Amino acid sequence: VGVRLELERVAARAVGGLSRAAGRGGGTTLPGKLVWKLDPAAVDVLAARLPLGVVLQSGTNGKTTTTAMAAHILGSKEPLAWNRAGANLLSGITSALLSADGARLGLFEVDEGALPEAIRRTRPRAIGLANLFRDQLDRYGELELVAERWREAVRSLPAETRLVVNADDPVVADLADGRRAALRYGLDDHRHARPSLQHAADSKYCLRCGAPYVYVAAYVGHLGEYRCDACGHARPPLDVAARRIELDGLRSSRFLLCTPDGDAEIEVALPGLYNVYNATTAAALSLAAGTSLETIRLGLAGFSGAFGRFERISLGSRTVVMLLVKNPAGANEALRTLETGVPPVLVIALNDAIADGQDVSWIWDVDFEPLLPHVQHVVATGERAAELGLRLLYGGLERERLEVIAPLEEALDRGVELSEAGAELVILPTYTAMLALRGILTERGVVRPYWEPR
Amino acid sequence: MTIRVGHLYPDYLNIYADRGNIAVLVRRAELRGHELHVNAIGLDEELEPGAHDLLYVGGGQDREQALIAPDLAAKGPAIREAVAGGAAVLAVCGGYQLLGRGYRGRDGELMPGAGLFPHETVAGDARLIGDVLLECELEPGSRRTGSATTVCPGSRGVVSGARSGRTCTDRSSPGTRGLRTGWSLRRSRMRRARSHPCFRRSPTRSPRRPTEWPPSGRGPEVVAANSGGPVGHPIPPPASSVTRKGVRVVRGKCRERRRSEPIQGTHISPR
Repeated sequence: VGVRLELERVAARAVGGLSRAAGRGGGTTLPGKLVWKLDPAAVDVLAARLPLGVVLQSGTNGKTTTTAMAAHILGSKEPLAWNRAGANLLSGITSALLSADGARLGLFEVDEGALPEAIRRTRPRAIGLANLFRDQLDRYGELELVAERWREAVRSLPAETRLVVNADDPVVADLADGRRAALRYGLDDHRHARPSLQHAADSKYCLRCGAPYVYVAAYVGHLGEYRCDACGHARPPLDVAARRIELDGLRSSRFLLCTPDGDAEIEVALPGLYNVYNATTAAALSLAAGTSLETIRLGLAGFSGAFGRFERISLGSRTVVMLLVKNPAGANEALRTLETGVPPVLVIALNDAIADGQDVSWIWDVDFEPLLPHVQHVVATGERAAELGLRLLYGGLERERLEVIAPLEEALDRGVELSEAGAELVILPTYTAMLALRGILTERGVVRPYWEPR
Repeated sequence: MTIRVGHLYPDYLNIYADRGNIAVLVRRAELRGHELHVNAIGLDEELEPGAHDLLYVGGGQDREQALIAPDLAAKGPAIREAVAGGAAVLAVCGGYQLLGRGYRGRDGELMPGAGLFPHETVAGDARLIGDVLLECELEPGSRRTGSATTVCPGSRGVVSGARSGRTCTDRSSPGTRGLRTGWSLRRSRMRRARSHPCFRRSPTRSPRRPTEWPPSGRGPEVVAANSGGPVGHPIPPPASSVTRKGVRVVRGKCRERRRSEPIQGTHISPR
């Protein structure tokens, strides 16, 4: 196995280098794809070689940011094998393992659908499970299907595997029900609760009896403090909690992280309640991996965002703020961060490649309505620009405030043209639109390619 | 005029073809100078026959669908009475399936249906999600192509169903209540219906030939026609250029992603 694996590793690296040399992106998945095809069991062997084992993170939203945060924390102590560019299928994990010389700990974000196999092959010592929202229904199917696969995967875990679950998500919290080696985290600051559940809220009926949950506080989608009045099922007590949360618009967030090891004031340079969730998840996962609270605090303080998820890019006299959107829950939160300071110009980019979800009907579940009366111009762009435009018109946007420009580069230029000098241009792209826009900005020399570390 | 819509289980059946269609209805009624009043009809809430011109049911996830199925079945007699009294029904996806005799889920359990239509639904393994192009024969011999769910004014029937990336032929004949729908595919969920006016007759064209969308058609006044009220004047849709662009894209996607394997998945069998 050893010799064969070494040969594969050499071949795979050459392929990655060629891919980059040929200008085909970062070559982040190609080497892994090759080895994955040739010898799937190579992942098992490579993962087993890591002296400190493997930690996995999954969930519908926040995987890349959370894992990048955890990497910032854990990587300060140990060399990591980490799928930094968000290639989160088994092939991407294989690539990360292949290219990480001298790594002692594996840290991988994992696609929800790929989680059971990733667990089987990498035998993680800790698994972070953040949330399950409706997402890419053409690919994953309904939430319950993913949940069922997770339940099966979790049932097969050895008793000592640490499960780090978001207690605020009923389905996710239930995965750790009765489990000893579990860490339950959540938010605890009712001031940030939404007045009511959003339209796209998913798991809002009791897992045990089907009655509607009563939400003491609903934070993001169906995440929050829930209780069933009919049968008494409720959010489990929190082991790790984010309290006294302060959000500073599109700038930053602060909160008090309360853990079994003590409390710490946390500050992250990312906006929105969903990033408080991400930071809390990363903190809980790092705790489960055996890190100190001070290392967590420092790691989060120095963190500045995962590529494309939230980026602020200077473009001449203007600033472009890019927030990834890919499903109703995520998009609602991105829009919510804009509520405090509605940008005059908004570019929304909707693509429908496999990585975006070919089913674009999710745009009807997004709460665009509250924002629309306050924006001066919206440029709808991407492959499905026209349908997005129509969605916005039916949401109440006046026709003369909408421009439908399918080509991304033209739309970007138009957005820049419409914004005044010194203003912020906010772009909300789906995944492949984000990659393409980043490509355009990279070509213009204003952002680093995604495979290069910051 | 005022059009009264009863939206069944908006809190449960909320994943496909739900508030998008309602938003479109509201807006288009408004453009025609009608008022559309939408009432949510929830679990354990009474459905009063005669109180609505249109009953609307969207699609939900399996779990939520199972939670409402017994209640919808219990509302069956009231729904049938409402329809007999002239109410139109627009039902999509799970909503449509549960208006039949029942729905056998992936686990083999039979959920009861409301018994409005004589069909039964059996869940298959394949998931069917994608863009839909629909062919509909509203009058015998004249097939129309459209990209949305079509309400047949005479039939009071509603058709859902097509497989992703596939043209689906539906032959519901006017004047009858029953449908002879070849296939209704559970996860197709009428995304087209969400982004476009639903109450719209498709243009008359030769079979399978793409047509301009939207055609100069009739809007929610079709509802009025069904409920015995006056028929309004046709008006062009809002932002017709954006609509046309969108439809061109969807049509292209349907062609590009058309699959050649035989249809599997949920099968609705008229009996």
